[in-house]
Amino acid sequence: MAIRSEATGSLSDPMTPRIFVVERFRRELHDTFTLELTPGPGMAPIVYRPGQFNMLYAMGVGEAPISISGDPAQTGQLIHTIRSVGAVTEALGRLRSGDALGLRGPYGRPWPVEAAAGNDVLIIAGGIGLAPLRPAIYCLLAERHRYGRVALLYGARSPREILYRRQLERWRARFDIEVEVTVDRAAPEWRGSVGVVTTLLPRVQFDPDHTTVMICGPEVMMRHVARDLIQRGVAEEQIHLSMERNMKCAIGFCGHCQYGPKFICRDGPVFDFHSIGGLFGVREI
Amino acid sequence: MGSKQLERSDLGALFRELAAEGRTIVGPTVRDGAIVYDEIATDNDLPIGWIDEQSAGSYRLVRSGRDGCFDFVVGPHSWKRFLHPPQVRLWSARREGQRLAIEEAGHESPRYAFIGVRGCELEAIARQDRIFLEGEYVDATYRGNRQDSFLVAVNCGRAGGSCFCVSMGTGPRAGAGYDLALTEVIDEQRHYFLIEAGSESGRALIDRLPVREAGAVELAAASARIEATEASMGRSMETDGLRELLQARATSAQWDEIAKRCLTCANCTMVCPTCFCTTVEDVTDLTGDHAERWRSWDSCFTMDFSWIHGGSVRPSASARYRHWMTHKLSSWIDQFGTSGCVGCGRCITWCPVGIDITEEVRIMREAADREHAAEEGVQ
Ligand SMILES: Cc1cc2nc3c(=O)[nH]c(=O)nc-3n(C[C@H](O)[C@H](O)[C@H](O)COP(=O)(O)OP(=O)(O)OC[C@H]3O[C@@H](n4cnc5c(N)ncnc54)[C@H](O)[C@@H]3O)c2cc1C
Ligand code: SF4
Ligand code: SF4
Ligand code: FES
Repeated sequence: MAIRSEATGSLSDPMTPRIFVVERFRRELHDTFTLELTPGPGMAPIVYRPGQFNMLYAMGVGEAPISISGDPAQTGQLIHTIRSVGAVTEALGRLRSGDALGLRGPYGRPWPVEAAAGNDVLIIAGGIGLAPLRPAIYCLLAERHRYGRVALLYGARSPREILYRRQLERWRARFDIEVEVTVDRAAPEWRGSVGVVTTLLPRVQFDPDHTTVMICGPEVMMRHVARDLIQRGVAEEQIHLSMERNMKCAIGFCGHCQYGPKFICRDGPVFDFHSIGGLFGVREI
Repeated sequence: MGSKQLERSDLGALFRELAAEGRTIVGPTVRDGAIVYDEIATDNDLPIGWIDEQSAGSYRLVRSGRDGCFDFVVGPHSWKRFLHPPQVRLWSARREGQRLAIEEAGHESPRYAFIGVRGCELEAIARQDRIFLEGEYVDATYRGNRQDSFLVAVNCGRAGGSCFCVSMGTGPRAGAGYDLALTEVIDEQRHYFLIEAGSESGRALIDRLPVREAGAVELAAASARIEATEASMGRSMETDGLRELLQARATSAQWDEIAKRCLTCANCTMVCPTCFCTTVEDVTDLTGDHAERWRSWDSCFTMDFSWIHGGSVRPSASARYRHWMTHKLSSWIDQFGTSGCVGCGRCITWCPVGIDITEEVRIMREAADREHAAEEGVQ
């Protein structure tokens, strides 16, 4: 039987990217860079919420899911921070001002910045995981009065791998956000903390009954952080994490991003620990 | 409108009428020792006189000794080959200096008529409709192929060796979604089809066929044939609580047992009429200024499928089989509200080592029952 179909006419396929242009290329770390994008001629800007991602297409190479890492209030300006790890991300790293790329999005469910109102907020990031959390930090700071205590705990592998370093220093200078940074391996000139990010947790004050946590980093790191927070009495529903799986479509068609019964592209990438906690300990899921 | 009857000798009229509507007719036909789905022109292209003997890991065509048109069941192909094709060009990109232009492929979709869609297959199509048409996004290729399709169902007159549609509630009688449904009846005197319409276009088409009203005799004969199919079905799957059962058994040792046999060849996913996973690939010319984006079927049995920076998320065969079976029978319910299995038995037949999904479910249940009994004993 034929399907019910609205009027005829060609339907644009959701897999077709739109054209965006690199406004600025900025090197962040030896393997990490930031692209500032503007819509190509005739393309509408992207309106997004913190935690959402786009599929970026490098000509002739392919697509990769990359979180948006700019300030959601700055419409018209789209920022992605990318670590080169393979074919697509390296090709994106060769783009310079004026070069075009393909982009689809935004996709995914956002960080719960609205629902966190009234609560203490902990932002916990590891490595490149700070990039997907930065939009949430901008939102929190833009309406700082709506939240209780706000703390950012960040772990990097080494001092030279600390992302957004100057911005972290600026935030640290503010009185309304506590910023703690640790590195796995110290260098001689490093005077800060050494150790994994969980070692920072005992330093910050928060009310476990009224705290919203947002975590992004390697899966093992997220597992340890979540475990420690639960021990401190934070409810699983208040612990939010951004998950990562292979993605070929971002729209629920390709099946690659499945995580148990969840599609990370469609149901995530941000999940509360309660809804995926059962999967967290299972190997190779 | 009541049911009609169509003489076997008039079946050709159905093909002629569908062709006159400008439709591309696809149906079962014999090729290289199997019954596949392909474009066919007349009723003579059907696998007349053939049946398929199937069991776990085995498929063989044999002569039936009579000239039934639909005495076989399902082969290695399914209709997803046409609705959700194995390879699709999505778009192409052109680079000129710093600029980039992307153009959609914009395929001409045929107006398909599918002949011989079984009950399990109608359900499989409905389950893929759910994914590609009824979610937040609509797949343009699938929609183009599906939107004006005409489905001629066939009620199964014989249970295949791997079939378990009865337990999955999808057959052997075609449920909703067809335009026309045929039941083939061959007795000593006659060879005819009971023909029923399931849609307005089906009714309109019947009006153009040389049919007669079906009487009580024909209705009874058709029903008897379907009931006999139902009664002779050898396999079944108990689906009660299966979603929860598999979720709870993610760490069961049985997955490792299955992995000792599974070759991770991906056959089961390719033949499954509901499996929908795909990957994408760029094909470029030598200058690198022109690229085509292709989408093709993929399988969760490959290592690449779950690759993220640093390695595959599911390196072991055990985890990959678990992912597949749990997705089909459990996760699918969370994702789309129904099971991902329609009981067609293809994965059983086409598994080179004969892994039987119904048997694995049975073993899983027995293990769960034993553990449950042991716990009760302790208390
Ligand atoms: C929701 C989401 C948000 C992300 N946000 C960022 C971000 O803001 N910045 C950033 O640098 N990276 C981010 N990543 C990771 C990034 O997508 C991968 O590093 C990238 O896909 C690697 O592709 P490649 O071709 O360069 O690497 P290759 O290793 O050559 O890729 C091979 C294949 O594996 C897949 N793949 C490899 N690594 C990953 C991965 N980690 N996650 C998903 N698929 C992978 C690729 O799609 C590709 O198909 C994000 C991933 C997800 C799922
Ligand atoms: S899982 Fe096997 S029996 Fe079920 S629909 Fe797929 S191929 Fe058919
Ligand atoms: S279950 Fe059988 S068909 Fe499926 S991947 Fe394993 S060996 Fe191949
Ligand atoms: S990325 Fe394709 S289904 Fe989620």
